[in-house]
Amino acid sequence: MKKIEEIKISLVGNPNTGKTSLFNNLTGLNQKVGNYPGITVDKKQGICKLSNKIGGIVTDLPGTYSINPTSIDESIVLDILLNTQNEDYPDVVVVVAEVENLKRNLLLFTQIKDLEIPTILVINMSDLMKSKGISLNLEVLERELKTKVILVSTRKNIGIDDLKEAIINYKSYDTTPVASIAHRMDHEFFEEVKAQFPNKYSLYKTWLLITQHQSANFITEDEHEKIHHFRSDIKKIEKLQHRETILRYALINEILKKGYQINRKEGTDLRGFLDKILTHKFFGYFLFAFILLAIFQSVFNLASYPMDFIDTSFAQISNYLKVNLPDGLFTSLLSEGIIPGIGGIFIFIPQIAILFFFIAVLEETGYMSRVVFLMDKVMRRFGLSGKSVIPLISGTACAVPAIMATRNINNWKERLITILVTPFTTCSARLPVYAIIIAVIIPNTMVFKIFNLQGLVMMILYLIGFATAIIAAYILHKVIKIEQHSFFVMEMPNYKLPSLKNVFFTVIERTKAFVVDAGKIILSISIILWFLASNGPDAYKNAEKLVKAQQVDNLHDEHFEQQLASFKLENSYIGILGKTIEPAIAPLGYDWKIGIAIISSFAAREVFVSTLATIYSVESEEQIATIKERLAAEENPITKEKRFNLPTGMSLLIFYAFALQCASTIAIVKRETKSWKWPIIQFFGMGTIAYVAAFLTYNFFI
Amino acid sequence: MCTVANMLVGEKGIITDLCLDHIPLNLLEMGCLPGNEIELMQLAPLKDPLYLKVDNTYLAIRKETAMHIEITKIYD
Repeated sequence: MKKIEEIKISLVGNPNTGKTSLFNNLTGLNQKVGNYPGITVDKKQGICKLSNKIGGIVTDLPGTYSINPTSIDESIVLDILLNTQNEDYPDVVVVVAEVENLKRNLLLFTQIKDLEIPTILVINMSDLMKSKGISLNLEVLERELKTKVILVSTRKNIGIDDLKEAIINYKSYDTTPVASIAHRMDHEFFEEVKAQFPNKYSLYKTWLLITQHQSANFITEDEHEKIHHFRSDIKKIEKLQHRETILRYALINEILKKGYQINRKEGTDLRGFLDKILTHKFFGYFLFAFILLAIFQSVFNLASYPMDFIDTSFAQISNYLKVNLPDGLFTSLLSEGIIPGIGGIFIFIPQIAILFFFIAVLEETGYMSRVVFLMDKVMRRFGLSGKSVIPLISGTACAVPAIMATRNINNWKERLITILVTPFTTCSARLPVYAIIIAVIIPNTMVFKIFNLQGLVMMILYLIGFATAIIAAYILHKVIKIEQHSFFVMEMPNYKLPSLKNVFFTVIERTKAFVVDAGKIILSISIILWFLASNGPDAYKNAEKLVKAQQVDNLHDEHFEQQLASFKLENSYIGILGKTIEPAIAPLGYDWKIGIAIISSFAAREVFVSTLATIYSVESEEQIATIKERLAAEENPITKEKRFNLPTGMSLLIFYAFALQCASTIAIVKRETKSWKWPIIQFFGMGTIAYVAAFLTYNFFI
Repeated sequence: MCTVANMLVGEKGIITDLCLDHIPLNLLEMGCLPGNEIELMQLAPLKDPLYLKVDNTYLAIRKETAMHIEITKIYD
């Protein structure tokens, strides 16, 4: 069979142009995200069927207003489009524009077009042209822009087939630049550039290489030197970038005069009306608080049913395997290591999916920008930006995409503080820990007849998370000395109804990525734990003999088995490890078993639950028990008190609220701050706060 | 001298000059250029940031940036 031809396609466009919708339309669910979840934050790729013989690999690049590298997102775009050796270097670029903001969108288009790669211009939301009084002369636009122009409507699924056909014919398009403005920007400067870089790159590409903050990694040492020389006068470079923008707009205005007409009709002013309410000095804040409250309430109420179901199901599966498979190493690994481990992952899915759903809806509707507008001045008092609100809210789902979402905070100090405090917000990995401990120590009663006490405690923990983040930000703001212009520019997009398709895809994508990422850690830790708990030095191997020798009178079998099991656990490798750290954690009210759970959850918090599940299931001889029942049944062997009583439980809750127990967060902070300094400070800072706060809590409740 | 920072809500103007040292490049890229019309749509509750309409693009900037965009007011 003949190998199917594959065309590499890059999707580029301004934010809010429907680029992600187009990506979803082209690829359906055949998408995968590199590394971490997050909409248009990291490299997103999908496979698209263009015709029976031809397929396409579509890369959805981050949304940007230009390719001038002023942030990391633009650098990513530039690196793929400049470096012909990059594995994602496209055969054809599709620039997505939107009919209402065509002028602004064309700035990016003219830059991309000048890179001399076949480029197709897609004008989205063409179904709105009539109602907005816009008419386009496609012939003129195609001639002036020297490219193929396709009208689509991602909302109504119009024009997608035309686009596919245009992509197939990519080789037939003119690749000459549309704006040869380099010499008009500064004749002398570009003559020198031309002399230094004669042939290898076009003049415009060389210019882009010069504007990069960090040298591109595909250029030679010699070229690097030359670029360094040109960059010596950084003020001049900035001035030239400004001039480039002005010249490009002049050209675009000329072109649009010929090919774009608009008869402005004063329609119903939905934007003005909604803005008045949503950013009102009283209703604005009130509505925001109300929306947050409603989201958290529904996350808990809606998710509790599937969570209970998942918890019980896994306990049953585990038990079924134990009973029906022949006794042995494999059965034990499966029923005591792997299955409880996987259960510890799956139990998250409902809450994470619901939380991601609400965040996606808020982003899609355009409401998030209003919140940023509303909160900016308030947040600045704490050294944060209005844009920090989005990371702090999405931090309730997962700190990793939240920290990546700080990239659009232009001021470095505000961004750094946001990165450092975001892990204080209650992420979904803390949820299972909170949920299980609360279920064991807090009675399920009603307060004032409307609030569920367990829900109330959960609410308070969320508030503690937010409050600590804000207070920590204020302290950091006073301590960190970085002087920088605080640039703040944010587009206020149109209000629109969320596309169910986009929301659905986002939820699937983020949940999947989370489960896979967290799953890998949890599963491997579960297996290691099982191994450490089922093996040990001499005392473990001779357990049966030693326990028998201890027996004074002849106990009946059942009691003996139980004694044997706990003796074994205590003398296994993990037991020895736990006993070693016990003195350090005893002041917080924890025993060595909890200690093991805490150690193992330093890679990821959610491991806490599955670790306890693994430990107790190794020990327990009971047939069916959910994780919750096992925790509730656990006793202090000396005092015969419940192990998870109020002081210990509260102390654990507080410990988990503050400690930075997440390998992924540490990795992402390292990546985003480009040093080990900040993640290390963050890790030890949060660890100290957690230890002290847990100690105080334990002593307060005892 | 009249700047965007001392416009009143609902007022319109034409951008005459930008102090480039204090204006980020991406503001220009979004269409905030000399000669373009600018309208103050709304102020945030604490009088900052400013919600503007520039050349058919809606955006928000802080007062400290708005101070560096000079305008001549136009009256309908």
